[in-house]
Order: sequence, then structure tokens, then C-alpha cells
Amino acid sequence: MHDPRRYRKFAAGTQPEYLHPAYVSSVKRAPTKPLILLPHTKTETTGPVFGHSLVTAADSDLTAQHSGEPLGERIIVSGRVLDEDGHGVPDSLVEVWQANAAGRYTHKVDQHGAPLDPNFSGCGRVVTDAEGRYRFVSIKPGAYPWGNHHNAWRPQHIHFSLFGAGLLTRLVTQMYFPGDPLLEFDPIYNSTADENARRRLVAKFDWTTTERSHALGYRFDIVLRGREQTPAEK
Amino acid sequence: MSSASQTVGPFFSIGLEHLNRNDLVVPGIAGTVVTIRGQILDGGRQPVPDAQLEIWQADAEGNYSENKCEAAGHSPAKFTGFARIFTDAEGRFAIRTIKPGSVRGIAGAGQAPHIAVFVFMRGLLKPLYTRIYFPGEAANDSDAVLSLVPADRKDTLIASVSEKTDSFEWNVMLQGPHETVFFEW
Ligand SMILES: [Fe+3]
Repeated sequence: MHDPRRYRKFAAGTQPEYLHPAYVSSVKRAPTKPLILLPHTKTETTGPVFGHSLVTAADSDLTAQHSGEPLGERIIVSGRVLDEDGHGVPDSLVEVWQANAAGRYTHKVDQHGAPLDPNFSGCGRVVTDAEGRYRFVSIKPGAYPWGNHHNAWRPQHIHFSLFGAGLLTRLVTQMYFPGDPLLEFDPIYNSTADENARRRLVAKFDWTTTERSHALGYRFDIVLRGREQTPAEK
Repeated sequence: MSSASQTVGPFFSIGLEHLNRNDLVVPGIAGTVVTIRGQILDGGRQPVPDAQLEIWQADAEGNYSENKCEAAGHSPAKFTGFARIFTDAEGRFAIRTIKPGSVRGIAGAGQAPHIAVFVFMRGLLKPLYTRIYFPGEAANDSDAVLSLVPADRKDTLIASVSEKTDSFEWNVMLQGPHETVFFEW
């Protein structure tokens, strides 16, 4: 027999609900009928895991993708991708995308009046090492306005997409910056009920990775869903 | 405790499109080549032009790829079973692939052929998980996952045959009377 739920339930309040009316776009897009609890089959416990051949060193330096240096405050973001037991998750593809220092995305739909930066595309990727560590170099993204409500502004953030070991560890999240006054007003950041879970989306300023005369260091660890503790598989 | 999910937001394609593929067929692959087309509609029956689907499927023998090093994006020589597809301005998508074989399921029982789908978009604070099944499969009646779905909603998971040979239609209704069945994963 196989346990029908091989990955752990998310702890109460640590994940957003699909419907979060303060985030207006969720209202017409969140499912309204009850979700069906899925047994975890081989379909879900396998999944794409991307190895080093996909990613080049240049992909993890968002400041070196053009002929000139992008404008803004240079940052180094590093951390570990862990499972819920604290083990590093190796060989996981980490994809990031973000606005430039002025708060503008290199995306055709972004109509914010802030300038584009010809030296910044705002996307990168890196594969975690054997201990689950990752590191990339970028610039601090600007806050940007959005249409959710009157005078709505997204706090500074970097989008992260991760795979982990199978489909059930798939995670898309956002990293925020410490001390950002916009956090308390942001419906996306606040979509997660548990305060501790929200705080863990905020990176920590880190002297140990700050490089003299070059860039400020931020640490951001990401925890992927862990396996259920079950009797050993036959 | 695992990190909290957050929406991909409106501008995710800049970070994710490098793995886009709408054709998983590789030279010499075994199995029946099929095309699945569909559309994503929101609760106002408006098309969703800014969604991404990620699909994961077995090969014709029911085996999942362990070709982990060059998956997706790069026209790999071997079948990978993984694809990212974005919807177009009308909320439509299409994927050309092979029909998957039967994969082992709960307690060793075979599952009906299916494709796993994650749906991402602005407005979704976490991805939606669903499955595409194929019409007319005897194994659909005994599939352990399909059997959890109320009878009057099962058809939302089963693609319909389109006029073209080996072509199927499967739509994603986020809300409404024909709301697609989504799973708590
Ligand atoms: Fe954003």
C-alpha cells in the first residue's frame, strides 16, 4: 500500500486562500466550488527537475546581461532552498523576475510611466547547488503603482519560481525587503493569514554577503513542501 | 513550514517564457500524436489572455521522464513530458504531444491516461491543479482520481473529440456552472 497523501498538508494559515477579495483580480479567477482532495500518485511525486546544463553563469547576474550597468542599488540575493525537514534541495531551478530600479518591468503590458532601463531586463535563473544554495546579483527593484485600489503601490519585490523534487513542491512566491513601509498596505503580501509566514517572505539584510564597494547582501531562504513521514516504501 | 505562495502577477512571462513549448513531439517517439486545444475563461466568461499552463505527462508506455538535464525549451532529443504554454489574446492555448500511457496509481492500480496541469495567472495566489483525461477510455471508469469527482462534474476533466483527427478540446472554466474541477494538491 502507498500512502495516498505523500506530501504534508500545509500548516493552517500559512498559504493564501484562492479568494482574497482585497486582491481584486482574485474575485473572478478564484474557484468557487470545493476543491477535491487529491491522492498523491506517481504523477504528482515525479516532475521536472532541471539540472545545471540549462543555466549559464550569466543567467544569475542580472546586472551583466547588457553592454552597460543598470541603474540602481546593486544587490546580491542568496540563500538556501530547503525542505520542511531543513534539508537543502539540490538541483532545483530558481527563476526570478523583477521591475527595474524605477519600478518598471520590461514587459509590453506594463504601462507605468517610469523609465525602462536599456541595461536591465529583470529576469534570471540559477540552479541550487548540492546543499540547496543559490545566489544571484541584481539591482534593488523599485516600488510600482497598480490598479487594485485607489493609490495602490506594490512594495519592492522579486518574483521567485521554484520546482523542487516533484510537482507537489512547485512554488511561486515573492521576496520582499526589510523595513518596506508599503508591506502593511499590500493585499498580496497580506493574503497569507499567518503573520510568521508573511514575515518569512521578507529577506534579511546580510553583512556577510555584502561586498565592499560593490553590493548590499540580502538573505532569503525558501522552504518547499516536505514529504509526509510514512513507513518506508516497499 | 513551507514558504507562502504568492501570485505570479501580471508580468511573469519575462521570467518564465524561456521554457515555453507547445510541441513535445520528438523525432522517432512512440505513441499517438495528439493536439489539445482550449481556452481559459474567468467568472465573467471573459478569456484570460495572461495565463500560463504547465503540463506534465508520461510517455506512451506510462513512464515519466528522468531526462532532467535538458528538459524543455531547448528542443531536447528525448521526450521530457514537461511544457509551459501561455494563453494568447483570446485566452486560447494549444499543445501537440503524444497520448500518455497508463501510469501506476494508488496501491499499484493503473491510472487512466491523463496529463497533469498547473494553471498560473494574475489573480491566483497559488496555482490551480487539474488533470486532462481522454474520452472513451475504459480505464476512466476505474480511475482512482476521477472516481473522487462528482459524476456531474467529471466531464470538465475529460477532453472532447474535435473534428480533426487525433485532436481534442479541453477548456478551463475558472468559475460558473461548468467550473473545471480543481484539486487540493
Ligand atoms: Fe511584480
